[in-house]
Amino acid sequence: MKRVALIGMPNAGKSTLFNRMSGASAKVANWPGLTVDLLTAKLLLAGDITELVDLPGIYDLHGFSDDEHVVRHFLCNNTIDLVLIVANATQIDRQLALALQLRSLGLPAVLLLNMADEAKSLGITIKVDQLAKELGYPTALISAKYGQGYAQAYQLIDSELRNSTPAPIQTLEQNFAIDQKMEDELDAIIRHSVDVPAQISHSLTEKIDNVLLHRWFGLPLFFTIMFMVFQAIYTIGAPLQELVAWLLGNVRDLALVPLLSGLPPLLSGFLIGGVFDGIATVASFVPVIILFFLMMAIIEDSGYLSRAAFLMDALMTRLGLDGRSFVMLLMGFGCNVPALMGTRSMRSRGLRLLTMLVIPFSLCSARLQVFVFMATALFSPREAPLVLFSLYIMSFVTVIFTALLFKGRFNSQEPFALELPPYRFPTVRQMFLRGWLEISHFLRRATKFITIGVVLVWILTNMPYGVEPASAASWSGWVGEFMAPVLSPAGINPELTVALIFGFVAKEIVIGALAVIYGLQGSDLMQGIAQQIDWVQAYSFMLFTLIYTPCLSTIATIRSEAKSAWFTSLALAWPLTLAWVVSTGFYQTARYLGY
Amino acid sequence: MTVLHRLSSLAVGQIATVQALHVDSGFQFRLHALGFRIGKSLQVIRTAPFNGPLQLRLGNTDVMLRRQDADKIEVNL
Repeated sequence: MKRVALIGMPNAGKSTLFNRMSGASAKVANWPGLTVDLLTAKLLLAGDITELVDLPGIYDLHGFSDDEHVVRHFLCNNTIDLVLIVANATQIDRQLALALQLRSLGLPAVLLLNMADEAKSLGITIKVDQLAKELGYPTALISAKYGQGYAQAYQLIDSELRNSTPAPIQTLEQNFAIDQKMEDELDAIIRHSVDVPAQISHSLTEKIDNVLLHRWFGLPLFFTIMFMVFQAIYTIGAPLQELVAWLLGNVRDLALVPLLSGLPPLLSGFLIGGVFDGIATVASFVPVIILFFLMMAIIEDSGYLSRAAFLMDALMTRLGLDGRSFVMLLMGFGCNVPALMGTRSMRSRGLRLLTMLVIPFSLCSARLQVFVFMATALFSPREAPLVLFSLYIMSFVTVIFTALLFKGRFNSQEPFALELPPYRFPTVRQMFLRGWLEISHFLRRATKFITIGVVLVWILTNMPYGVEPASAASWSGWVGEFMAPVLSPAGINPELTVALIFGFVAKEIVIGALAVIYGLQGSDLMQGIAQQIDWVQAYSFMLFTLIYTPCLSTIATIRSEAKSAWFTSLALAWPLTLAWVVSTGFYQTARYLGY
Repeated sequence: MTVLHRLSSLAVGQIATVQALHVDSGFQFRLHALGFRIGKSLQVIRTAPFNGPLQLRLGNTDVMLRRQDADKIEVNL
């Protein structure tokens, strides 16, 4: 099988191209010798099934960050039939450097100049033939976002792939100095084949920046925008969640219950009250998750995240972090795992570890489900969004507190420069592709963790045989009883305790577990919980869920990224301690004040 | 005769030419890739409050750079 690698600088549109070439068939693959996962897809090129590998975005081949190391290692240790170099046509004057570096290694490649549409509207003209001749690589102009120029690009890829003879490259672990000859050649090629207007105007981006990066309004605007995004997710998402829960409730009552009525009660109870109720409750949150990731995709692709880094860098510096850490925290709102992996672009170990220590406090989408559920059950529709927002604030407060506490241990003097790309808006296609990837990701999790989790919870709440489910006599009752001395000062009852224990595996299990424990589903479940606990207990439970040890995947990622047992134990123990202290503090204070 | 200034001392709107990068080689690679090369001209677009970073424009690329790192870049006007 032939192998094609995709290489490009950050912001060159590499992932968009990868998604377009692979459809939605991409798969995460592990590579021997690499601790990281790379996205791969199999597709038909030049009459052969070819493996397309998406390498991390890098600025150059001899940098010192982990991402750059990954790319170097991959190029040195795998046979590669063809490299597709993706470069942003609007910034060709500097992005061409990567192509020249790859050429000096003797790698066969095709240069794809992406964002041709944007370059054209900026008045940049590129003489593609001249460029290809001087560079020595076939070159095509494309727009990955709008799908233009593909026919020609595929043609070039096809003919190169047919003729290429993969040669093992010489080791490039050597650290060559910045090469004057290469720079001169770069300038010459650009001079001969690229025409850039003297005054490039990104007038729209500049106008937006004048508002969003305003010296004094920038930060308040940022928080207002974030608040509105979460408000929108709740306002649109909560009714959708109730609708799906209602539909699944009907499936259960009208189809599943009559269908399984012939089975022994214990078995039908297990299938309906355990597996179905648990999974259905988690599944009812899929619309909220899709909505959330659509919003995240818009913000991420728009270029606003790097503006957030610009606005927050001064504050983050005082916390021993930097603008990148802040962007990773925002990414962590989606899922902590990719955010942890995103810290690979940091070279200083201190900065990286400190960022990895605070990322798990980011209120991820799985925790969002628990909070939407609890807030809807225990608070009025007017209060619920404010409760959610207060938890986001709390998430930042724990980050700040943790960073201040530990910044002395994780010192860093790392310099920091970041590109601020022009504002772009994702196409509907990009948004849907993103939504689909999230659903499939969710379904994969659902089939593994969540099913096993809810089954275990059912066993705990219904065994030994014959006990009243979730009563003090059941196994879950024993567990809750055993933990009571620790968790009752925080107002967390035995039922919630069991949910919390399983939430250690994945936060989605928490609501699935509650459905199984209470033996209820949909709005009945919300009412059932509202009858048993009051808002003070619920908020204390939410605080604990927010802060305590993140899910198993997060811990596993921390361990593989930090490669330190000591650091992993700290990342386990500290949040757990903090969660207990904050929840207990809140609960006791609220009770003392008479709530 | 050219007078060298620190990049961090420039006012918003000023245009200058990069003359020297006094940074470690790892960061030098990154700055190069972002377009900071000797002889290139750049403009200070804005600065963030509370001693925050600078927004710079080099050709068609906007870059944010921390003040302490901009201290290590010499430019002339």
